[in-house]
Amino acid sequence: MSSQDHEHSPLLRVEGLHARIGDREILKGLSLRINAGEVHAIMGPNGSGKSTFAGVLAGRDHAEVTAGTATLDGKDLLAMPPEERANAGLFLGFQYPVEIPGVGNLYFLRTALNAQRKSRGEEELDAVDFLEFAKDRMKLVEMDPAFMSRGLNEGFSGGEKKRNEVLQMAVLEPKLAILDEIDSGLDIDALRVISKGVQALRSPTRSTLLVTHYQRLLEYVVPDFVHVMAGGQIVLSGGRELALELEKKGYAWIDEEAKRGAWAVPAQVSP
Amino acid sequence: MTAFAQGLLEGERPEAVPGFAAELRRSGRTTFEALGLPSTRLEDWRFTSLAPLAAQDFVPGDPGAAVSLGEIERLAGPRTGPRLVFVNGRMRPDLSSATGLPDGAFVGSLARALRERPALLEGHLGRVASLDGQALAALNTALLADGAFVYLPSRAVAAEPLELVFAGGAGSKASASEPRVLVVAEPESDCTVVERYVALGPSPVLTNAVTEVALGDGARVDHYQVQDQPANAFHFAFVAAEQARGARFQTHSTALGAAISRSDVRVRLAGEGAQATLVGLYMTDGNRLVDNHSVIEHAKPHGTSREVFKGVLDGQSRAVFGGRVRVLEGAMKTDAHQTNSNLLLSRDATVDAMPQLEIYADDVKCGHGGTVGQLDPDSLFYLRSRGLPLSHARSLLIYAFAREMVELVRPAGLRDQLGRLVAARLPDGARVLEAA
Repeated sequence: MSSQDHEHSPLLRVEGLHARIGDREILKGLSLRINAGEVHAIMGPNGSGKSTFAGVLAGRDHAEVTAGTATLDGKDLLAMPPEERANAGLFLGFQYPVEIPGVGNLYFLRTALNAQRKSRGEEELDAVDFLEFAKDRMKLVEMDPAFMSRGLNEGFSGGEKKRNEVLQMAVLEPKLAILDEIDSGLDIDALRVISKGVQALRSPTRSTLLVTHYQRLLEYVVPDFVHVMAGGQIVLSGGRELALELEKKGYAWIDEEAKRGAWAVPAQVSP
Repeated sequence: MTAFAQGLLEGERPEAVPGFAAELRRSGRTTFEALGLPSTRLEDWRFTSLAPLAAQDFVPGDPGAAVSLGEIERLAGPRTGPRLVFVNGRMRPDLSSATGLPDGAFVGSLARALRERPALLEGHLGRVASLDGQALAALNTALLADGAFVYLPSRAVAAEPLELVFAGGAGSKASASEPRVLVVAEPESDCTVVERYVALGPSPVLTNAVTEVALGDGARVDHYQVQDQPANAFHFAFVAAEQARGARFQTHSTALGAAISRSDVRVRLAGEGAQATLVGLYMTDGNRLVDNHSVIEHAKPHGTSREVFKGVLDGQSRAVFGGRVRVLEGAMKTDAHQTNSNLLLSRDATVDAMPQLEIYADDVKCGHGGTVGQLDPDSLFYLRSRGLPLSHARSLLIYAFAREMVELVRPAGLRDQLGRLVAARLPDGARVLEAA
């Protein structure tokens, strides 16, 4: 494949993805393409499958993929364990980051970065070089360095945990960051800081997928494309204005339309 | 009586000891012969069968075996302070060095102390560890010959940890040794005693150790046992402590090896306001079994006891925890708490935990808790989603679980060493250690 072709193929390509948890089908033929440098937002009512979709892309095994494909940079994501997906450049910002006492925050960050560097054949960073780099990134999310000596997310407030997710993203510099409700449970100041961090990492080679219930985040991180998810599919795609419309009209009409079977055929979402 | 013990008792080489010690030996022998090896019919041995032990013949380990200092350092790490080395229960002056001790302190061979300073031991040896119903401690007493004696006069402070290395085995046959430790800490004295148990060769070793600690008013003893025996070893450790008023005692055990590893701790808070801490970490795999039993007896008011045991079990291994806290009549304002938490890495590993509170006093605060669980799948996914390979993520979570026990080790050198020993048992241990 020539570099010219590469530029024209999407960074993330999801086609007809079906997944179920137990007997319940959650994703019902979801398709999505994201090109390098783009910011997409997936919105939708609770239970529409947004978080399941994010988890499936990152390799969480709670849901079983029954059909469809997902590739990152042409590589088959679904065939990889979670760590390989991370090494390939995918990052999932968790809605509920876990607390792991006994694993130091800073140590963990360096371990994660070095695991990824090693997998790419790059030299690992020593403690001194890493600290310098990490301090720079901590400023970006206004993270108090004192947090770094604590256990991973140990005793962190909801906002601090989300800030830590964005810090990890800033350190790992993924090609595609999927941020699952990174805005939930945040006050306006925390939202501003986190948005600033996400915004600062925007680049022509990096893409972001924001999964959110509310439009609020999108005032700070303005997306190129907005998708509406309902009933395990993307049912509507548009620009920034779609988010505003949702804000005004709520999600009820989406559900109504979905029930009527208005989206029996998935909407064409290729931007 | 079982054949294995017969061989040991016949192999006994009696030597002249003061009358009280000779009497102790006799009562040890009588008690052991009356009780025999513990069977699973006994409540305290319900889950721990010694059948694999009774099926083997053990000869007494050779105390004069050729052992180099290099070998001891390979097994127990380099010497960092006072260190006494015991080969099959007997102190070896050629391998030991204890300097820089406080004035009036004795740290050395129990046999020598029995010859030269019997008055310091009499009244303590064989008293703190009651043989009542304790067959293995009785066997140890029947074969009493040597071991370590630590004596600290009033207000003496031993700045450095006193390390006792018990190396067993060395021959081509399965062999047994009966280490004995007596610590007498006079009022307001302070010391740290570290017992390490290792094996010298590939033949199975049976170690049947008894440690007695007598703490005077306001004394502090920080006690450690590190059992790093090979998987074919049998290890028994009986630790008994008696605390006078305001005395502080911590005993911290780490059981990493042995086919069967059994620890019995008896702590009696005999004076008001005493504080006892019991800490244990065990890691098992294969078909191994580790059994921790303890009895903490609060006899006087205002005592505090804390007991925390954590285990990591893999394969078809088993762990038993029996923790009894007894609060005697009149021991009001007692504050006692125990927890036992286990991490099961395999579906075939099993844990039997039996916390027991017996309270005969009013106005006390007693509790127990604990968990038996597996590695948290959400935590594993979180770590892997950041690029950590599965084995690294697992090792990190196991280490994080065990780490709390390692951090309760006060001497920095031992803490680091223990961290390395724990990490060495994990698939990605080398990387995990950087976490510390």
